Amino acid sequence: MSARLDVDRLLDQSSIIVCCGAGGVGKTTTSAALALRAAERGRTECVLTIDPARPLAQAMGQTELDNTPRTVADVDPAAGGSLDAMMLDMKRTFDEIVLAHADPQRAEQILANPFYVSLSSSFAGTQEYMAMEKLGQLRELGTWDLIVVDTPPSRSALDFLDAPQRLGRFLDGRMIRMLLAPAKAGGRGVMKVFSVGINVFTSVLTRVLGAQALKDLSLFVASLETMFGGFRERADHTYRLLKEDGTAFVVIAVPERDALREAAYFVDRLASERMPLAGLVLNRVHTSAASGLSVERSLAAAESLDKSGDSPLTAAVLRIHAERLATAARDRRMAERFTASHPDVPVVQVAAQASDVHDLAGLRRIGGELANGPEATAPVRPAGKRRAG
Amino acid sequence: MVVSDFPSAKLHVVTGKGGTGKTTVAGALALALAAGGRQVLLMEVEGRQGIAQLFDTPPLPYEERMVATARGGGEVYALAVDPEAALLEYLAMFYNLRRAGSALKRIGAIDFATTIAPGMRDVLLTGKVMEAATRERRGGGGRLYDKVVLDAPPTGRIARFLNVNAEVAGLARMGPVRQQADSVMNLLRSRKTAVHLVTVLEEMPVQETADGVGELTKAGLPVGGVVVNMVREPLLPAASLAAAAAGGLDQAELARGLTGAGVEAEPALVAALAGEASDHAGRVLLEEREREELAELGRPTYELPMLSEAIDLSCLYDLATMLDDQGLV
Repeated sequence: MSARLDVDRLLDQSSIIVCCGAGGVGKTTTSAALALRAAERGRTECVLTIDPARPLAQAMGQTELDNTPRTVADVDPAAGGSLDAMMLDMKRTFDEIVLAHADPQRAEQILANPFYVSLSSSFAGTQEYMAMEKLGQLRELGTWDLIVVDTPPSRSALDFLDAPQRLGRFLDGRMIRMLLAPAKAGGRGVMKVFSVGINVFTSVLTRVLGAQALKDLSLFVASLETMFGGFRERADHTYRLLKEDGTAFVVIAVPERDALREAAYFVDRLASERMPLAGLVLNRVHTSAASGLSVERSLAAAESLDKSGDSPLTAAVLRIHAERLATAARDRRMAERFTASHPDVPVVQVAAQASDVHDLAGLRRIGGELANGPEATAPVRPAGKRRAG
Repeated sequence: MVVSDFPSAKLHVVTGKGGTGKTTVAGALALALAAGGRQVLLMEVEGRQGIAQLFDTPPLPYEERMVATARGGGEVYALAVDPEAALLEYLAMFYNLRRAGSALKRIGAIDFATTIAPGMRDVLLTGKVMEAATRERRGGGGRLYDKVVLDAPPTGRIARFLNVNAEVAGLARMGPVRQQADSVMNLLRSRKTAVHLVTVLEEMPVQETADGVGELTKAGLPVGGVVVNMVREPLLPAASLAAAAAGGLDQAELARGLTGAGVEAEPALVAALAGEASDHAGRVLLEEREREELAELGRPTYELPMLSEAIDLSCLYDLATMLDDQGLV
């Protein structure tokens, strides 16, 4: 059996917590619950969410997507902490980078380029880059001593991890130089100047994209060129940030085959990248407070009641109990399979909630469960002395 | 035999929020469509090998493989689309550029196109889907299918994924990419396509389904049916639901019933059972509300039950029959 994840210690000692996992496992809710608990334990906290459900966003006072951290009201300030929350606006984040790195005239050119407009607002993949970028920005501001990040609902959780590296690799590569070639040469015998590789490349692009689109693309890349140094530096910086001591990855799953498979994959990947994994949060785990009454006995008792016609209500309740026990047993088997293959990963389980979380009280309850387990009702203890930096 | 709600659909796109069982539904739909002797291709595009797991076969290569035979002699083939292979195939097929592939790979252009350039990947994937769905007799030599089922990206990304070619069309004003983009969009926006949304009766998946329907409609993409998956039977008598949900289940009655059935009615046990009944009732009432929300979408709705066992092939056939009986096929 693996160790229990010490959530309060994690919240008190980390400077960045990255929540990742498959879609639909409660990532955003868990991120928000961790953030609220950290704040109420005395940390100056910011939570970066990607695409929260409306009720959850409203619970945190986020009525609009405006890319600015806003203070969450009604957070208990007794321990001296605070909570800010923001939702990522990927287009605005991208625009801000352009405006910060290019002179006004060039920035205007870039913002108007059709490739830029499309890239920054609607293409999948940009969200991952921008989430990383925003994390880097928030961290640089130095306003918060802990940032909790919810990762985008990618096709795979790995996109998030790979985005900065990919960007770096791309910017280093020959691709960029080739895309720049037509714009730089300005039509003056491109083909003569460059190697055969470029020859093939540009002719393929011209045939595939059409000459006008290639010109747009090339101009776009050329106008971005001045920013590339900054881009690359930032991508590297963010990647290093993720490997730092104060960073912790929390993998989130539910006791279902697909979600746990993805979690296992992610855990292995983090290990091979030497990224600091804190542990696994297993959401929506079913338990029963009446496990002494077995499935078999419940069903037999229900059947005898059916026969006698006595108390249909009790028969129904016994069947509900049998179903619950079966679900709990299945959840337990799933969890055990994960821990058997990953015995060193600390785990914390959160009980299945009767309904989705709509308010801070709900987040607080989940935070309590994360820290103390489902049954415990121990109050939040204030944070002890925090590490400097 | 029930009349199909989507008789003109050649391409069935199945989306759903993570965890709602969209791959299972896509697999069942493919089996249902194949029943009676049809040839069906089931495609996945996210590199998850979900189809291989569902049909309990080794991981699928980039090659159409038969994974199941349907009732009445049909066959389901499966293909896991890999963007890189799709790009090379595409270059070879449309531009006679097979040999350029290795040169492009060397300079990182293939890597660029399939992983770095945002959107390119989706262009390639949707392009391959169209290719499979529009094969002509005696054309490129590929197998001909009566129907194609796509296990698509999740609801949150589906409109963007399917609409990616409209974006491309905006960028490339002419040339082969533009033509290709236009013909993909023509297929996807026609009655030959139906985009089905899989959900469960919980708040967020239902909300996402509603948002997904809105986004698809806005993009001019044909919304098909809503498949409600993992539906559980309410076990409590209807009259007791509201009281139980509010925590007011008749515990004296419960204690009496337990004793009558030979179970010792300790107070702790009674309270715990009443608590479980209350959770159950709360969920049933919530599910009713979510069902009403879905009804407001005004789309044909199909229900599949929660299966207590892990999904195996025999369950899939059962689910396929249920989809058929309800008219999705």
